[in-house]
Amino acid sequence: MNTITTDAATAASRPTDARPAASVARPTGFARDTAAVFVRESRPLVRDPFSVVFSLVQPLVFLGLFGPLLVGAAGGDVAGTLQWFVPGILVMVALFGTAATGSNLLFEMQTGSHERTLVAPLSRGTLLVGRALKDVVPLVIQGTIVVLVAVPFGFRLDVPGLLVGLAMLAVFGVGLGALSYTLALACRNRDWMFWMVHQTLLFPLMILSGMLLPLDEGPAWMRVAAAVNPLSYVVDAERALLAGAFGDPSILGGVLAAVATCAVGLTLGVRAMRRAR
Amino acid sequence: MPRDARGMTNQMITARGLTKTFRAKGQEVAAVQGVDLSVAEGELVAFLGPNGAGKSTTVRMLTTLLPPTAGDAVVAGSDIRRDPAGVRRRIGYVGQGTSGGHTQRVRDELHAQGAFYGMGRRETRARAAELIDSLELGQVANRQVQSLSGGQKRRVDIALGLIHRPELLFLDEPSTGLDPHSRANLWEHIVDLRRETGTTIFLTTHYLDEADQLAERVMVMDEGRVIADDTAPALKQQLAGDRVTLAFGSATDAAAAAARVGGESHGAVVTVTAPDGDRALPRWIRELADAGLDVHAATHRPPTLDDVFLALTGRSLREEGAAAA
Repeated sequence: MNTITTDAATAASRPTDARPAASVARPTGFARDTAAVFVRESRPLVRDPFSVVFSLVQPLVFLGLFGPLLVGAAGGDVAGTLQWFVPGILVMVALFGTAATGSNLLFEMQTGSHERTLVAPLSRGTLLVGRALKDVVPLVIQGTIVVLVAVPFGFRLDVPGLLVGLAMLAVFGVGLGALSYTLALACRNRDWMFWMVHQTLLFPLMILSGMLLPLDEGPAWMRVAAAVNPLSYVVDAERALLAGAFGDPSILGGVLAAVATCAVGLTLGVRAMRRAR
Repeated sequence: MPRDARGMTNQMITARGLTKTFRAKGQEVAAVQGVDLSVAEGELVAFLGPNGAGKSTTVRMLTTLLPPTAGDAVVAGSDIRRDPAGVRRRIGYVGQGTSGGHTQRVRDELHAQGAFYGMGRRETRARAAELIDSLELGQVANRQVQSLSGGQKRRVDIALGLIHRPELLFLDEPSTGLDPHSRANLWEHIVDLRRETGTTIFLTTHYLDEADQLAERVMVMDEGRVIADDTAPALKQQLAGDRVTLAFGSATDAAAAAARVGGESHGAVVTVTAPDGDRALPRWIRELADAGLDVHAATHRPPTLDDVFLALTGRSLREEGAAAA
């Protein structure tokens, strides 16, 4: 039994000269707590910026390998095809980046660091909102890189359009990220369920958004499906914005879809986080 | 025992009738059944019991992680139902898992933790540096949590739990999965912390030696109830006697001796459980020799907390612990 070298039993006797412990924790508000969560979530990105670039591989592969096929199939010029295709890739960045983000929370729920934040005097909602806002950072960086990569190949960059487009994408991404966290909270320790739902939804959402191929030639049911897919509105609006066509009515549709996704995502996410035990 | 916890300034935890029932597969499972407990300021108390006894569930209720099905508790001056935020500000909690995010650096996590508790930037940085120093984390402060050893991770967990100088620290199974050296090191840190800050510490464990060596007071928990609550020596004294074995030249001698001293014989060996066995042993040897029964060998073992658990439940905690590990 005595493998222990410390004389813990004697040392554990009542402290004599101890000053009484008094917690220095102070009450805070929603904004400050959200900022604290945001900063914590962002730190690994700051420490390891390469991770942001690494997750760009997939969209860049689509741009580099799918793009030329699209040029060949459509028979158009490279610049014109890129003008149509790059906005879709931008939305793909947002989709891939935020839809899987719940897996980070899932992992923290399993290891115990999420539990630690639940015992901290943070309001539960900030745990979700701070995380969802963090996802905007890599999204904006990656989106900018994708566009810049396309410029040498003839993509015409409209700077105001890009800025508004990224802002809309950020709003959409916050909502999608929040939905991903909601899914993680619902799955709790069932990784397989998270990934099953993720995979089941991701590709249909992507294809039915007209991101990779236009849906105009598709069967009627596909166009109906696209009409109820918020992603397709975001893709259309992104195409108009990146072309600098600010008067295009599709922009309003995209903004509404992004705001609606954000509102639904945050509502469901905050509710799920409040119920988390 | 005081009825009104708020009237007592020096009570850190007062719980009355704390109960938690879970619904599993359509059946109600009572994880914790009417637990009453009180812990005074500055105490170091261990909750000892097998896995599944309800220790963690009780701690999760006291730390506001889990709402109780019934019962009330006042923890660090705040009611767990009415003012959970007040409880959270004053307690530190080290759960069974790893508190630090795997891809986070140790120092970053400490800084984030300070912000979570509403501490200022400078205050957090100073406190983080202090904890890194006192918990010997200087070598790993800029490394990611996932690259640390089990013992290092546990020290990070404790540092995170202490960032805001809590008045009360909960440690849920603090040394589970650690090698003996890391455990001893962790215990030293816990004891130092206690001595230097007077923080009240409430820990759960299924390790007998941890409860025995570390805690001043042991509450034994089994099947959702607290079945004993006292200092380890008092529990041993009251609930389990010393174990004395006497070896003889033959089984017949052993049987005759067993009848005289009130023990049980197995072959040529007699086992007796008795309070103050150390004092009884020389007398028995003398008396048995007078009766012509020569004691060839004798051993004496003071009681352990496992003997206490065995006396209380009829089961050995050591075996359950080994089975669980």
